[in-house]
Amino acid sequence: MTTSRPVFLELWHIRLPIPAVVSILHRISGVLMVLSIPVFAWLFAQALASPAGFAASAAFLTHPLVQLGLLVMAWALLHHLIAGIRYLVIDLGIGVDRPTARSTAWTALTAALALTVVVAGGMLL
Amino acid sequence: MSRRASGLKAWFLQRATAVYLGLFGVYLALYFMLATPAGHAELVAWVASPWVALGLLLFIPILLAHAWVGIRDVLMDYMKPIALRATAMTLVGFVFLAAGLWAAQAVIAARAFQ
Repeated sequence: MTTSRPVFLELWHIRLPIPAVVSILHRISGVLMVLSIPVFAWLFAQALASPAGFAASAAFLTHPLVQLGLLVMAWALLHHLIAGIRYLVIDLGIGVDRPTARSTAWTALTAALALTVVVAGGMLL
Repeated sequence: MSRRASGLKAWFLQRATAVYLGLFGVYLALYFMLATPAGHAELVAWVASPWVALGLLLFIPILLAHAWVGIRDVLMDYMKPIALRATAMTLVGFVFLAAGLWAAQAVIAARAFQ
């Protein structure tokens, strides 16, 4: 298809509207959780198999680098959950207009980040 | 699955599964964060309790169905060569099936162990 419409693909100069940012992060967080599925299935089954297995899973999960990974997963879960609830509400026809959609997108983004900070605080205690 | 879980059906499946995942997933996250089991016996007792076992056995296929529809959408959008996409989908399918069966057998074994 040949058109003469202008094409602008300079990624660092495209300013995405905030609902688009929330949408892309919804995808990224979903993909992160998909990748973690085999890891969590393995850790869960191992922890249930025997006391030694429980100790091995617990030791893995308390490693500082893994804790950092868990914090990323906590953000992924929180963002996916909150943005997901926002999509369910939008599907019901509520908050579809642009100003409301923008403000709820900001709320979803910041609420997930704020709750991630709370989780981080809990992990440090 | 491509026909059966396409279009409106997949759209609805994604939302129906999301409701269960949102509820039980939050319960799971809160349990492991705030009531972290201290040892093997405590974890087995929790998993083997009827409502938790039932909740987990429902959670596994519902999570995998939701994850399948989601990752399929992502692969359809970004992985255009059809052979590559089919390979990726097959791999994801195998990993999901293995992870799901492995987690489910662990729940059932914990019930028998208890």
